[in-house]
Amino acid sequence: MTPLSDLLETEPYVATAGVELFATTLSSQAIPVDTVDWRPPIPGTETALAHVMADERRAPANAEALARMLASTAELVDVRPASAALGLEPGEFLHAGPPVDWDHASGPLRGALVGAMIFEGLAGTPEEAESRLSSGTGVSLMPCHDRGAVGPMAGVVSPSMWVFELRDEANDGTAWCSLNEGLGKVLRYGAYSPDVIDRLRWMSDVLGPLLRMAVRRRGRVDIKGIVAQMVQMGDEGHNRNRAGTLMLLRELLPDLIDSGEPSAKVAEVVRFVSGNDHFFLNLVMPAGKLQTGAATGIEGSSLVTVMARNGTDFGIQVAGCGRRWFTAPANTPDGLFLGSYGPQDANPDIGDSAICETMGIGGFAMASAPAIVRFVGGTVPDALRTSRLMYEITAGENPAYALPILEFRGAPTGIDVTLVARTGILPQINTGMAGRVAGTGQVGAGLVQPPAECFTAALDALAELAGDGQVPPLRSSG
Amino acid sequence: MTRILDIRAGVYHDSVSLMQVSASVQKETGVRSALVAMATGLNLDVLTGMGFAEPESAGPNDLLIAIDADDDDAIGRARAAVDAALNARAQAPASGFGDAPAPRTVGSAARRSPVTIAFISTPGQHAFTEAMDAVDHDLPVIVFSDNVPLEREIQLKLAAGRRGTLVMGPDCGTAVLGGVGFGFANVVRPGPVGIVAASGTGAQHLMSLLDGAGVGISHCLGVGGRDMADDVGGISTLTSMDLLAADHATEQIVVVGKPPAPRVAEEIRAHASRLGKPVRFALLGEAQPDLTAAARLVVEALGGTWAEPRSWAPPTGPATMPAGGHLRGLFSGGTLCDEAMIIAAEALGPVRSNIPLRPEWALPTDLRTDGHAMIDFGDDALTQGRAHPMIDGSLRAERILAEAADASCGVLMLDVVLGHGAHPDPAAELAPAIEQARHRARAEKRELAVLVSLVGTAADPQGLDQQAERLAEAGAAVHLSNAAAARHAVSLLKEGHDTAQ
Repeated sequence: MTPLSDLLETEPYVATAGVELFATTLSSQAIPVDTVDWRPPIPGTETALAHVMADERRAPANAEALARMLASTAELVDVRPASAALGLEPGEFLHAGPPVDWDHASGPLRGALVGAMIFEGLAGTPEEAESRLSSGTGVSLMPCHDRGAVGPMAGVVSPSMWVFELRDEANDGTAWCSLNEGLGKVLRYGAYSPDVIDRLRWMSDVLGPLLRMAVRRRGRVDIKGIVAQMVQMGDEGHNRNRAGTLMLLRELLPDLIDSGEPSAKVAEVVRFVSGNDHFFLNLVMPAGKLQTGAATGIEGSSLVTVMARNGTDFGIQVAGCGRRWFTAPANTPDGLFLGSYGPQDANPDIGDSAICETMGIGGFAMASAPAIVRFVGGTVPDALRTSRLMYEITAGENPAYALPILEFRGAPTGIDVTLVARTGILPQINTGMAGRVAGTGQVGAGLVQPPAECFTAALDALAELAGDGQVPPLRSSG
Repeated sequence: MTRILDIRAGVYHDSVSLMQVSASVQKETGVRSALVAMATGLNLDVLTGMGFAEPESAGPNDLLIAIDADDDDAIGRARAAVDAALNARAQAPASGFGDAPAPRTVGSAARRSPVTIAFISTPGQHAFTEAMDAVDHDLPVIVFSDNVPLEREIQLKLAAGRRGTLVMGPDCGTAVLGGVGFGFANVVRPGPVGIVAASGTGAQHLMSLLDGAGVGISHCLGVGGRDMADDVGGISTLTSMDLLAADHATEQIVVVGKPPAPRVAEEIRAHASRLGKPVRFALLGEAQPDLTAAARLVVEALGGTWAEPRSWAPPTGPATMPAGGHLRGLFSGGTLCDEAMIIAAEALGPVRSNIPLRPEWALPTDLRTDGHAMIDFGDDALTQGRAHPMIDGSLRAERILAEAADASCGVLMLDVVLGHGAHPDPAAELAPAIEQARHRARAEKRELAVLVSLVGTAADPQGLDQQAERLAEAGAAVHLSNAAAARHAVSLLKEGHDTAQ
């Protein structure tokens, strides 16, 4: 059946965009009409939008990108030191977000790098670490994403830290993420006090090896399956990972117990994991990286594959532009603060964890986790409205991540920069807030949006690649 | 400075609620910092960070209330605020789920509802994006918007061709699908004639004339004024002809528009000969039959009897014209303006216009002349930032009065288009202007003749007869044939001219 076979035979059902009068006259003829709440696009994007919309490759490329994202699997296959998994050498550090150097790094990223220097034995004191980092001798920084990894908040990964290794067999992808330290004063929020370093040592000495043993004994753990369940259990996978963490523990517990390790050590590990409601975040994130990364490099596709922040800039990547970053200064989240901290203490948006929203959960799955919306004093209807709004900027829905309260509608998946430009609706991100000053740690949690400039810059780049140069600029009048 | 630390054993609230309570307490004047939280290890650290000593016995099931304030009054206000906030949480009213936000793009509407067709009337520079979205969702799309660049129109139509769908427009003013009118559309009876229209008002006029002669319409598919030009190559015209050929209700296909580019004309005619249904061309232009003549041919081809379209005379007919009177036409429909200009120019010589038949007949930018002139108020340049004259007649009403004050104007010709989308009562807007204009001319010892070509059907919501009668009462001669109105105007001028000789 072609789109036209019924056109003259059946009563029309009309979608209208523009002058309201014409929708009204159709309604007055008793014709069903869906009136699009059409508004002009983000100012200045008209020409680029037309170029990208005219790109013949776009529709099939986006269909392919979405298909790969939906087909993506995510299995935890191993837990290893980053030196082995990612080939990190001493002095090499990964960080969250787009590229940044020490001079432009924010407080929490600097704090995390200082802590990682001390943890790696490259500096004895914070002062020494800072001086080596600022001179850059023997030290190199690189985004996690550029190595196929992701890291929450500061996202600092050094060679001795252990990482989860996940595989996507459908798309032959591999992604990595560090192990979650818990809340409060932790490295990823920029803290580097001795207790922070001691915890990192314990994670490398005890937690990592025991998790590796459990995963290897048990065999692969289906992370996608756990994510699917958690979004039906009140988690949105970014700021709330309680159900996911417990389900992971349930998968690993028999092999931990049966590992032959002293029961006191096993108990330490279990206590640590079960006492940290965010432990599973670091498995949701690489699952997201596998899903969205599967579309990287599909020429003509306008779907977003990365949203990430380094505490200074927000950066995105789109499938049709490969691994090119489109950056703009990051916004500061709005939310609730711990203790006596306030907005003045919060650092601008930081972390690779916006991969959760890029994959369609986190802020996009607010409807499944109404508790999260209260971080900004919102209501349950706000949560539902937010999720429903995200469908306006996404190419499809992920049936694997079904949201029960929306009648099991699939999570809004595949952010399309053309839809962001057309609607002016920006992705909604749930996030933690790090202290602005290095060494502070977490100060709160809340909601944030990316700067629109990332999306308009990506749109401009897609327009150039569309190779549609013979068309003159759109006339503004006449 | 004063501070208090309360521990309420066994009182549980979740952490998010408590963060909100803390936030509201901190807003009280005189409160420096406050922590209302369960006594978890993490929160006890925060507590000591605020300068409090760690309580001896407090666990995760106990509620901590720590307040640091300027004085005892502030402490009191803070405590009251804590209790109020905790109680308020317990009594929060249940709320509904709210409505889903409206779709913001055509694609979103298409994914939500069983949409079968899209209708785009956004400003022109945004129409391509929205229309392409419809095509991407395999929808036929009517693009009412004008000002879409030609290259974009071609891209849109090629994309539609690849996906097996149809683009009607851009600048598609009218369409009728199985009796449902889109854009500006008259209410026509169902019948055997299927129309492919590259002219919106041309199609409206043809349909209204056929309806008046008792011949109904199966469908009218608009294709946009440039579809049959060389660059576009008739993509939508050919698809529309195929659709009508396959449609059981259509017996006779009529293609309305300006004469196609020669190469396109050849292809369309060759295509028509293979359709298995009769195809007629109602081509608009010099040396072509006018639309009324074309309607007559269609009616007679279907075995009907043609009667001249109705007309209404004003209560007192116009007297003879003063010598030197000129014809002024004020139109809302471009094709109607064109047709009237062709008829007038043949008899009267050059007719100046903003859409001139010949480049040298172009009106200056102020649209003023002492000679014969016709203005298309529906032209892009005159609709920027305002409603189409079929919707809002105020600009034309002003111009009617201005013409009345101009001694060089002897005959005024207007079109009035009825139907869905048009002004709900155009006569109410124009008739007073006509009355005033004639009154003013008479006050200056001149006679101003007003002729109206009324495009509409008996079933149009405005009421054809009521509109015609109201306009005639105002002093206009009303014709359902635009060509007849134009000829009437010419005859008045010729007659006046002859009398003056």
